[in-house]
Amino acid sequence: MYNFDVEMPSTIADAVTALARDEAQPLSGGQTLIPTLKARLAAPSVLVSLHGIAEMKGVSAQDGTVTIGGATTHATVAGEVADAYPALASLAGRIGDPAVRNRGTIGGSVANNDPSACYPAGVLASNGTVVTNTREIAADDYFLGMFETALEEGEIVTAVKFKIPEAAHYEKHLQPASRFPLVAVFVAKFADGVRVAVTGASENGVFRWTEAETALSADFSVEAVAGLKADGSSMISDLHGSGAYRAHLVGVMTKRAVAAINA
Amino acid sequence: MPKDSGIGASSKRREDIRFLTGEGNYTDDINVNGQAYVYFLRSDIAHGTLDSVDTSAAEGMEGVVRIFTGADFEAVGSVPCGWQITDKHGEPMQEPRHPVLAHGKVRHVGEPIAAVVAETLEQARDAAEAIEVEISELPAVVNMKDAVKADAPKVHDDLTSNLCYDWGFVEENKGAVDQAFKEAAHVTTLELVNNRLVANPMEPRVAVGDYSRGTGDYTLFTTSQNPHVIRLLMGAFVLGIPEHKLRVVAPDVGGGFGTKIFHYQEEAFVTFAAKACNRAVKWTSSRSEAFMSDAHGRDHVTKIELALDAEHNFTALRTDTYANMGAYLSTFAPSVPTWLHGTLMAGNYKTPLIYVNVKAVFTNTVPVDAYRGAGRPEATYQLERLVDKAAHELGVDPIKLRRQNFIMEFPYATPVAVEYDTGDYVATMDKLEEMADIGGFAARRKASEAKGKLRGFGVNCYIEACGIAPSNLVGQLGARAGLFESCTVRVNATGGLVVMTGSHSHGQGHETSFSQVVADMIGIPEDMVEVVHGDTANTPMGMGTYGSRSLAVGGSAMVRATEKIIAKAKKIASHLLEASEGDVELKDGAFTVAGTDKSVAWGDVTLAAYVPHNYPLEEIEPGLEETAFYDPSNFTYPSGAYACEVELDPETGQVTIERFSAADDFGNIVNPMIVTGQVHGGLAQGIGQALLENCAYDSDGQLLSASYMDYAMPRATDVPFYDVDHSCQTPCTHNPLGVKGCGEAGAIGSPPAVVNAVLDAMRSGGSTVDHIDMPVSPHRVWEAMNGSGV
Repeated sequence: MYNFDVEMPSTIADAVTALARDEAQPLSGGQTLIPTLKARLAAPSVLVSLHGIAEMKGVSAQDGTVTIGGATTHATVAGEVADAYPALASLAGRIGDPAVRNRGTIGGSVANNDPSACYPAGVLASNGTVVTNTREIAADDYFLGMFETALEEGEIVTAVKFKIPEAAHYEKHLQPASRFPLVAVFVAKFADGVRVAVTGASENGVFRWTEAETALSADFSVEAVAGLKADGSSMISDLHGSGAYRAHLVGVMTKRAVAAINA
Repeated sequence: MPKDSGIGASSKRREDIRFLTGEGNYTDDINVNGQAYVYFLRSDIAHGTLDSVDTSAAEGMEGVVRIFTGADFEAVGSVPCGWQITDKHGEPMQEPRHPVLAHGKVRHVGEPIAAVVAETLEQARDAAEAIEVEISELPAVVNMKDAVKADAPKVHDDLTSNLCYDWGFVEENKGAVDQAFKEAAHVTTLELVNNRLVANPMEPRVAVGDYSRGTGDYTLFTTSQNPHVIRLLMGAFVLGIPEHKLRVVAPDVGGGFGTKIFHYQEEAFVTFAAKACNRAVKWTSSRSEAFMSDAHGRDHVTKIELALDAEHNFTALRTDTYANMGAYLSTFAPSVPTWLHGTLMAGNYKTPLIYVNVKAVFTNTVPVDAYRGAGRPEATYQLERLVDKAAHELGVDPIKLRRQNFIMEFPYATPVAVEYDTGDYVATMDKLEEMADIGGFAARRKASEAKGKLRGFGVNCYIEACGIAPSNLVGQLGARAGLFESCTVRVNATGGLVVMTGSHSHGQGHETSFSQVVADMIGIPEDMVEVVHGDTANTPMGMGTYGSRSLAVGGSAMVRATEKIIAKAKKIASHLLEASEGDVELKDGAFTVAGTDKSVAWGDVTLAAYVPHNYPLEEIEPGLEETAFYDPSNFTYPSGAYACEVELDPETGQVTIERFSAADDFGNIVNPMIVTGQVHGGLAQGIGQALLENCAYDSDGQLLSASYMDYAMPRATDVPFYDVDHSCQTPCTHNPLGVKGCGEAGAIGSPPAVVNAVLDAMRSGGSTVDHIDMPVSPHRVWEAMNGSGV
């Protein structure tokens, strides 16, 4: 990697100040950023570690909402959200491996918006809200495309809020090499409707499968989605699966998530 | 009763203490005072003319010691190939020059263009980024069948084509084979791909070169399976350093799997640069570099045909294989698809007529060479897939068809030039059927179907030729080396022994198993024996470890040297006992006069050898140290039968292995635990090839699977708890231990069983597909079952 400075602020305010430096880059777990730096594919002048910011860590649940600090690791979420929102805890507990889960953070994942990341599906399906140092952004307005979000330069994801559904399930089919989702679907059943978010599949990143949502909101059963076919035209096609295969898996994962909820 | 020490005991691996506690001494742990670091600037273009390499901006950068380009190596030899194949017309193969650094052209992504030696690795990388390389890109040659077309771009302009050789084996049999196909009652034909693999040892390659101006001595520390071979190849053919001025050290090596057999240009570079810079020079491969510079494995495209008579006896076999050599000939590359592949095409069957054709092809890809099994997995896979296909076409039980055609009498001379000394294919198949619980399969299939899954069962047999093997034979076949092995046994005054072997351990546990043999022969505790390997300075010239040869060949040399030790010790003992030599016997670490209670301990005899006060000096020399070189008279032929049971999710195409049974015949066994471990490791790699691993290039020669993000390695959860048995033992008849070798069996024997099982599962779901290529990924299974146009 190239040389860079490291700043370790202990407050959000100090982090925002540090990020104002030229070519500054936030570091929150580094599960994508550190390999990128090692490959010399990025050259920030300063890394601003969010690791030491106490106000960005931890989990709380009240009034039907789970709030997770942006610097909270996946392992912490897997452990501490298990009672309040078990499907979300299950998602967090299946990201990567123990080493990844003990370094990677929800803020890092949501800010990076990898098209195959797990968290974006959870946030979008849970009708979540991304909280930054300046504003709150509804999930529907936040995820803009592959590695693209509504974040402005220097804006930090300080927390992510999830609405707790009546029931939910995250079903994923792994890419055999990276073990990221090849396709994964998060189904969240709320009193006022069902939300279905898909990750891994689309060239546009995480998305809501609205046809399935409509069908499931009317009839929350496997049969309701059995005949639905996701549109394969903008699906990722690579070594590990064609767009048609991914589109097919969207249907399969959705059915299985519904079946798991109804079981 | 299991023994608790010596031959046959599952002695704990003594080397694991240092490996598991972080006390190993790997090449990257070696740092020479004052060393500099090299970074190789590698081509990101598969094929092109190297118009210019401008290092001027990089030269003056901080920490730069010196920058080398291909021009610096014009007077240096070509990285050599150790095996010459003669084609079907009697002509030698086409053999291109292989430069240390690219010169004139680049021929694969990852080929080193320039090398920056600097005070630190980061400085070397910084400077490498300032080197300006101009390449005029040429169309890349990637697909083998396209590569041999008349209008294909040439990888090497000075060769007549991209065809390295067109090998026919046995060419004289071709007419008879073709005739047998005309007369056949049934012919089964199969076209398949043996997927390209990347070995991925846990430890990447490392090389440290050192040079002493005071003595003119060179030292190369390197991650090698055969340091003496590297010394000979690099010293004699590349750099012109006589062997007595060059020491090659391969200390603890963290996995080889074949890919660390070969002499690589990075080794020659650091040795050359150490003198040029008057500094030790160190290179440690990154994982990314490993993907594009370690020799790859497999990569065959084959059409194979089997002729059967009306009673389902195999009457003839015919194959047509394209074998990828990559851009250059790696050390043993030409031998893999020929002598390590064609000679195994008889498999376990008495097929009387066989003809093998292999076209070796140059492409703009990383060189391809031996990988665990090397040629034998390719042979086994095509043959065992073909026999399965024949059984289904004929509507007969695949096991029954195999049994009907088994070779039953030994020794057996195959129509492909080798003679199997021993084997009992019925015994291993019997054992396998028992282990695999075939009777319970129907119920297990039903249980799977109740969960919406399909279940499949597949078997295969395998035969391999190990212990490579007689020098005079391999010489006739084109090897440019002998394939003996060596050992020096040094007995110390107080009775302990040092075994200095030409074999090399890079995970196999030789320090334990070799000690067991010597301790058993003398009757002393294993911990009195130390095994030394991996340093040309303190081991006799040996050919190293590959082809499951260490115990069969290296172990045999050790036995011979130990026999010499015992013979001499007996002479000393008979002198001390004042008895005639013929009356003295060695038992449990003491020499005893037969029929008396007169005895002298091992330690007293060894002490006498070095303190020869009371010693027959007029008859024998003092000291107790002997060397033996062992050259085997034949290959060894381990064999076995494997069964795999899979569950297949028809909705996703996901295959999971539910059961895997392996019945092997390795002849005699020194350490059953180590043998089991070797089989487990081989099975993981075979299952990895069958289900997961795939080294893929695009049509421009760009490596698509260039990291673990896209190259799928098998993980613990991908493999089942194996059921492994090696109780069927037909000892090898021509080596003193009766051993056959076990290192590659798992990787050779498992891919066809997996694929046969997957196809069986697919058939049970109504699929009519009769072949699927490896890796049998979920995507491929789903496409095969549903068609790709969904």
